[in-house]
Amino acid sequence: MAEKLLLANHISRSFGALQAVKDLTLQVRGGEIFGLMGPDGAGKTTLMRMLCGALLPDSGEIHIDGVDMKRFPDKAREAIGYLSQRFSLYEDLTVLENLRFFAEVRGLDRHQWQPRTMEILEFVGLAEFIHRRAGNLSGGMRQKLGLATALVHHPRLLLLDEPTGGVDPVTRQDFWQLLIRLVREEYVGVLVSTPYMDEAIRCTYVGMMIGGELVLEGAPDQLLKEMSGQVLELQGSPLSIWRRAAAKLPGVQDAQIFGNRLHLKVDQASLRSVTRALKRTARQEKLNLIRIETVDPTLDDVFIRVLSRHMDTSDLHTQTGERHA
Amino acid sequence: MRQRLRSLIRKEFIQITRDPRTLGLIIIIPVMQLFLLGYAATNDVTDVPMAVYDLDQSSDSRALIEAYNSAGYFLVTHTISSLDELERLIEDGDVRVGLLIPPDYSNSLQTGQPAEIGVIIDGSDPSVAKTALSSTQLIGQAFGAQIQEQKLIRSGMTGFTTQPVEVRTQVWYNPTLEDAYFMVPGIVGMVLFTLTSMVTANSIVRERERGTIEQIIVTPIRPWELVVGKIVPYVILAFINTGEVLLIGSLWFHVPIRGSLWLVFGLSGVFLLTSLGIGLLASTIASTQQEAMLIVYMIFLPSVFLSGFFFPIAAMPQVLQWISAMIPLRYYLNIIRALLLKGVGITAIQEDVIALAIFGLALMTVASLRFRKRLD
Repeated sequence: MAEKLLLANHISRSFGALQAVKDLTLQVRGGEIFGLMGPDGAGKTTLMRMLCGALLPDSGEIHIDGVDMKRFPDKAREAIGYLSQRFSLYEDLTVLENLRFFAEVRGLDRHQWQPRTMEILEFVGLAEFIHRRAGNLSGGMRQKLGLATALVHHPRLLLLDEPTGGVDPVTRQDFWQLLIRLVREEYVGVLVSTPYMDEAIRCTYVGMMIGGELVLEGAPDQLLKEMSGQVLELQGSPLSIWRRAAAKLPGVQDAQIFGNRLHLKVDQASLRSVTRALKRTARQEKLNLIRIETVDPTLDDVFIRVLSRHMDTSDLHTQTGERHA
Repeated sequence: MRQRLRSLIRKEFIQITRDPRTLGLIIIIPVMQLFLLGYAATNDVTDVPMAVYDLDQSSDSRALIEAYNSAGYFLVTHTISSLDELERLIEDGDVRVGLLIPPDYSNSLQTGQPAEIGVIIDGSDPSVAKTALSSTQLIGQAFGAQIQEQKLIRSGMTGFTTQPVEVRTQVWYNPTLEDAYFMVPGIVGMVLFTLTSMVTANSIVRERERGTIEQIIVTPIRPWELVVGKIVPYVILAFINTGEVLLIGSLWFHVPIRGSLWLVFGLSGVFLLTSLGIGLLASTIASTQQEAMLIVYMIFLPSVFLSGFFFPIAAMPQVLQWISAMIPLRYYLNIIRALLLKGVGITAIQEDVIALAIFGLALMTVASLRFRKRLD
């Protein structure tokens, strides 16, 4: 079993009355990409900031590569590369100046930072822009520069807070290719938060955060397997009426609209009865039904199911601002 | 550690040069203030426009008018023939002072009676009025004494022409009482104070505002390294400003620099501790650059008015004098004025130096303790 690069043990943090992170425990190992999913305001950024030592947790412990963040913050941070949600490099410095600065303050001397920065810039594809000011880079290039600075000192653990937010799909693709290569070649551990469900499937492990808590975690395959054979997909119209009708049927745990389809989470035992009931409804209510069949679940099914279950119960109102710091 | 500090300072300098407009302002502001305050903020009252209502029309009365006109304080601009006219001129602001010579002026002088003259002063601007009041009295007395002397000579009593008590005043350090001598050292203090505290506060708050602090936090940079790295470039700029003001002050305004330049710069360094401390403190309180500016401004205004920059501390009400003792700029002004104008050594100003050092160390300590490398 690989070593634990990140270990957060029962950490909590509140801002006034708002409990942003509640008694959360998670761990990341080398060679692992831990995808942190969750709606805005779930506490992802607060969690990230605590993990890199920018915020102190009210309670709980954080160990980075075995080092206690509270007692030896600077030692612990040596192992961390952090990319914050907001672009946080100097816009008035060039790409190279930014990299050099962060390399030097990370302790790399001239003989080390020069080859290292070139290597990294090559790696992220910014080699031809070294003399451009960071403020004049496009959104995607900024994120790549951010990743480059986070990587400059060979960190063992990468904390990436929504690194692909507002970045075009092609660059997102590139970015993930880079991450996967890093994990494979350098065996770093990555904790990445993302609002994009399609990025979750690339992770080795995913966690779902809602209202400051990690409500679900597991390897994507595992999560999908748990749900397999339980998703009915229905095409027809009007979907909103279909949804209401389906939700009332016994055995239907959840009904969600994805684009032009309706996905129903159904008890495995009720699959047949639900299918029959829906066909009957189509005849009786004269609703348009094109197709109904069991499909393989996607991570969207998994997450939205968890999300809707939690939202229904209570936590919607705790979804206020994430940026209290 | 040395490398981190060097990188921080280097980065800060690059950033300063990347913002040429701000750098330009930092260089130009002291020059501007020097010229504005060196000329405008002056209490020297000269050539106050004066109207003369001469009812006597004698050679004696003309001699009196000439005495007033030639003293430099007043300039006879109007000769009038009624009091109504004087009233109108003063109301319109054409003259500030009216001189009334009664018809029996010459006669009284000849017959040895006390001759009276009237002076009317526009009191709407107290500082002009005060100077005008004292100058009219002085000129009148001097002129009176002169007449008496001549009379005594004419009557052959040459032995008693000297006055029983003669006050010989001698003004040291600034014999011609130039306001610029007083203002220029003050401007050094004000420039050091405002520029360093504002620029330091802003450059730190900017890191927070733009989010760059988040990236700094995850590096092993120590809080004190961040503080020193921020401060060093601005200390250098502040010393450039000091040199600039002193150079122009001495070349253009001919302000003497009698004390040791080493002491001037060294003690300016001590004063910088306080203004950097204030800037740093403001940056630990403020979350936006605007807030930081307002906090510095809040401290700046009372500093200017209560430090003795414009108004003498001795003339303030007791309570304000106590408050003034809490203002570091006050001690620096004492020091720099003494160094430049009196050319004293450090022993003459040691109390001020000690007070300033205490303020500087206290402010820096509090600010550094409050300075955290965290977001909350």
